[in-house]
Amino acid sequence: MSQVLTIDGKDLAFDSGDTLFDVAQAQGIYIPHLCHHPDYPPQGNCKLCTVDVDGQSKCACTTQAETGMSVQTDSTTLTEYRRALTELLFSEGNHHCPGCERSGNCQLQATAYAQGMTYSSFKLLNPQRQIDASHPSVLLDRDRCILCGLCVRASAQEGKHIFTIAGRGSDSTLAVNSDSGLLADTNLSAEDRATQVCPVGALMVKQQGFRIPIGQRIYDQGTIDDLGNRRPQYHSPKSKTARIAGDSDD
Amino acid sequence: MDHVQLAKGLLLADPWTIPPDPQQAPDQAAEYNQQVTRFCTDLCNLHNQNPNQLLQILIRIQYRFGWVPYAAQSILSNDLKIAIGEIRAVIAFYSFLSSEFQGRYRILLSSNITDYMLGLDNVITACQTHLKLSPGTVREDFKCSLELTSCTGLCDQGPAGLINGYPIKHLDEHRICELAQLVDAGTPFNQWPEEWFEIDCGIKQSGTLLNTHIQPGNAISKWLDKEPETFLEEMKQSGLRGRGGAGFNTYEKLWAACRNASGDQHYVVCNADEGEPGTFKDRVLLQNHFQQVIEGMTLAAWVVGAKQGFVYLRAEYAFLLDQLNQQLERYRQKGWLGKAIGGCLDFDIQIHMGAGAYVCGEESALIESLEGKRGIPRVRPPFPVECGYLQQPTLVNNVETFACVTAIAMAGAEQFAQCGTVKSSGSKIHSISGDCSRPGVYEWPWGISIREVLHQCGGENAAAVQIGGPAGILLPKSQFDRTLAFEDLPTGGSLMVFGNHRSPIDIVSNFAQFFAHESCGFCAPCRVGCRQMQHFCQQLQDRQIGSSDLESMKTLIPLMTQLSHCGLGKTAPLAIQALFEHWPELIKEAETTTDGLSFDLQKAVADTIAATELQP
Repeated sequence: MSQVLTIDGKDLAFDSGDTLFDVAQAQGIYIPHLCHHPDYPPQGNCKLCTVDVDGQSKCACTTQAETGMSVQTDSTTLTEYRRALTELLFSEGNHHCPGCERSGNCQLQATAYAQGMTYSSFKLLNPQRQIDASHPSVLLDRDRCILCGLCVRASAQEGKHIFTIAGRGSDSTLAVNSDSGLLADTNLSAEDRATQVCPVGALMVKQQGFRIPIGQRIYDQGTIDDLGNRRPQYHSPKSKTARIAGDSDD
Repeated sequence: MDHVQLAKGLLLADPWTIPPDPQQAPDQAAEYNQQVTRFCTDLCNLHNQNPNQLLQILIRIQYRFGWVPYAAQSILSNDLKIAIGEIRAVIAFYSFLSSEFQGRYRILLSSNITDYMLGLDNVITACQTHLKLSPGTVREDFKCSLELTSCTGLCDQGPAGLINGYPIKHLDEHRICELAQLVDAGTPFNQWPEEWFEIDCGIKQSGTLLNTHIQPGNAISKWLDKEPETFLEEMKQSGLRGRGGAGFNTYEKLWAACRNASGDQHYVVCNADEGEPGTFKDRVLLQNHFQQVIEGMTLAAWVVGAKQGFVYLRAEYAFLLDQLNQQLERYRQKGWLGKAIGGCLDFDIQIHMGAGAYVCGEESALIESLEGKRGIPRVRPPFPVECGYLQQPTLVNNVETFACVTAIAMAGAEQFAQCGTVKSSGSKIHSISGDCSRPGVYEWPWGISIREVLHQCGGENAAAVQIGGPAGILLPKSQFDRTLAFEDLPTGGSLMVFGNHRSPIDIVSNFAQFFAHESCGFCAPCRVGCRQMQHFCQQLQDRQIGSSDLESMKTLIPLMTQLSHCGLGKTAPLAIQALFEHWPELIKEAETTTDGLSFDLQKAVADTIAATELQP
């Protein structure tokens, strides 16, 4: 007998082991998220996918679905929290959208637009972070990193274990697993999922800047709410057919 | 190297046995690296190349060399099969580990609000004058370094600190001046004045737990010939609730659940990571009543079916390590730990050191740390009772909870529950500090009123008290008739008293600083929220609050409470919330007249003015 819960008033069947995020996604219900990707084990660090489960706030990507749960994916309060969370993420790093190559393909930017965020009401913390430009085809710009850990998980799944999160609190950084601590001394490639999965502009493939003009990028064509989990794909500089396409990987 | 020697004596008596960083003595680099290699290889052998032992190994290296040298990182990476980046990630997580040489004398000053109230500012100034050291720096001659650290658990004897792991109390300018001379002369610690390091238990009021002194086996022997179910029933009858702060029913949420959980192994863990600022009662229990803790753990192991126990000891209490190990050894020799205890139980206890991270008091972060990783709280469920250390069912209880177990085993549930309240049975040990004439450790039955507490500790002039540490409740005078009990004011045992002359803004700012320093950084609400709270408090102190700042703080407080991954982020905004609730006039006073401008223009352009001599 299949199990049933309610999401936004709809009765939905699910399988054992499904998370709330899985159930919603299967039905095409979009829950805002940045640190989650269905191909990787959920972590629940961005907390954007927080939903209301029987009056309690729960992280959709890490909460197991249970029969009888009543889930609300949206409410005035949740919208307010999500906008504030996005503002917090902007305040924490150095995000200069107008000059960023990822603009239009960036999930953080798209999330901010979708929530009607116009500025950060929190103090911009202007951290000093190290850029790693040592790798021939991938740039690591920590200014834009939101510590979602997707590259860490993707790289682990690829068997390369190139990235890790180091340190504590607001001093946490995305660190590279090489003797020198530099990307150049790893076997990362532009085609790696670890490179491709970055939801922001922290990991970018070099030598293809502005190949797709701003205005024609994925989130220029619709809001992230509508596009759901479609993600851009970036090709290696060597690839002749380089083209950024909407990738309906999930 | 002698392995037995390696296994004990974490703290060095003579800092001059720490070799100089090869950067200062390049000609000795080869010899230095050899020494590091030998030490690390031996350590890895001693720990059977077990990657779960990474943290334990790193701590020993830190104390031995004053940092974790690069050479050591590579050897550990090789021997333990852990990527070097992961090793660095762990080093950077824990406050007591460092990847830069910290000098031969590493001085840490406890920065709890109570330390400031006792004159920490003067101590810092004295360090600048006499030691030529500012917080966060290593002296140019690499002889010593100075850092501020979170509460070291000596709030009744502050301002306090740690020097190479040794606790040092009652710091003042005079003491720093003498200390500077000893540091400059390179004097080993055993030639320093002994009384500086003598840590008083400061017991002012004893009850069931603190009056009890048992001999090895006293509590265990009463029960081992019965069935574990009988003792489980006794636990149920006692109504015991966890003493660490959360107050879960120990029988139901933990013991029964862990006993019923299936796994290859079960583990029992004593949470001695007493990190909540203002708490020092567990230190006293470890110093004076460790037998009760051992026997409580053993009984727990017997009930849940564990063979291995751990005491997770906070780094600040490293000075207790030898003494605790000796007691465990005594128990082993007498047959009350190890194989066939009472003829029927195999159980042993190992002490695992923390390395300076408040978040490791959270049980799942503690377990991560036990496994040698960064202390990031896990997603729950599954809870540790089902899936804990090495994914096996793990029972985690506070030091005092285990002491209570022994009390129940000795006197019976009925006797235990005779004092206290309906929902909070038994007695509770409190650490009292701040503006009172008799700070120290007090044991009272649950249900005592704040007014009575203040009367007994000489804090009648209090204007506010902080209950349960910065993560707890800031209570104004108008509510002093409330009682310490799970049904009213729950507490893990920290009670800080604030007189009329203290500024609630300063108190809350100190807490905000603490949380910003201790947030593990895993989840966005807490990682960024704590920094924003810290900034807000700075604005409060500078009286630079704009109306939009108030708005964003009013969103941030419930956001952190609701969305944070663990208790740290959920409780971090409580003190600011209390400020909004009980002292709104102070916030009003801090609002700027220039609406919308939440910064001081003169201050912001001060550097430019100084450089150009132009006025804006």
